[in-house]
Amino acid sequence: MSNILSAGTPAPEFTLHVTPDQMLSLKELRGRPVILAFYPADWSPVCGDQMALYNEILPEFHRFNAELIGISVDGVWCHAAFSRDRKLHFPLLADFEPKGAVSKLYGAFRDKEGISERALFVIDKKGTITWSYVSPIAVNPGADGILEALESLPK
Amino acid sequence: MATLKVPVGPADHSQGPADAPVTLVEYGDYECSHCGHAYPIVKALQKKLGKQLRFVFRNFPLREIHPNAEAAAETAEFAAAHGKFWDMHDLIFENQNSLSEQMLGELAYRLTLDRQALRDALRSGTFAERVEEDFSSGVRSGVNGTPTFFINSQRHDGDFELETLLRTIQKMIQSHK
Repeated sequence: MSNILSAGTPAPEFTLHVTPDQMLSLKELRGRPVILAFYPADWSPVCGDQMALYNEILPEFHRFNAELIGISVDGVWCHAAFSRDRKLHFPLLADFEPKGAVSKLYGAFRDKEGISERALFVIDKKGTITWSYVSPIAVNPGADGILEALESLPK
Repeated sequence: MATLKVPVGPADHSQGPADAPVTLVEYGDYECSHCGHAYPIVKALQKKLGKQLRFVFRNFPLREIHPNAEAAAETAEFAAAHGKFWDMHDLIFENQNSLSEQMLGELAYRLTLDRQALRDALRSGTFAERVEEDFSSGVRSGVNGTPTFFINSQRHDGDFELETLLRTIQKMIQSHK
């Protein structure tokens, strides 16, 4: 498993495509907590895959005023189709070109397979990582850790 | 390791003795095909393990991807209010492929429950809060898809085929002795 960035580290800045003609930068979200969820790929063949699950839990994240962002190496059109199919109400970023560059910045890239880890980061409103976790690639990590991390942020 | 944050209590729907050495908790969605797959597996486990197993079902409807999941969960809770939770639970899973509000009404009728009362309860969301409590406890416990099983409060991360679950549970029973 990768050595992902740990709590206390300033979250590396990045700008990625969120739709075919729109970019999103991490710094645009400064002022509120951010959850970064790196995941291996769109279209995993189960009900309630990680992104679909987080989509259901979104209201719980919003209670903390937190913004959820999914990131994988899939391209923008793939994300658009996946997002529409799963009715996702949060952005998916394409870490596509150069492939996995942002995942690498966070220590969350698997060189051998060329995909992102299942790595989670909670970033406080000032842009510092306060919690991070990497799950075995086959185990969907759930949201309990994220909620605990959000709860322990200073009000 | 993810653990059950809300212990099994009197508000839960359970089968089997409260002092069984192993308690299996399922967070499930009536419209999820994987939960449908797990349904006969849990029955087989119960048959094999008898009084050594207590089984608890909690609602975890994935409302965005399964349009009938919430109504199905509320229908089971409606039946529970009339002492027929497990009858309804089983009937819904056995008719999972043709779920609709009308079908839920027919299932209520088959259990001699009042269809109109069910319709009213679904309209007014009488049991929505109950379902939401289950969902929320699941989120906090690390439910990571449906179905998610907890065996004596530890999340079970392996597959949920009969052999795997049986092996894990039997190991737990051994260590309990």
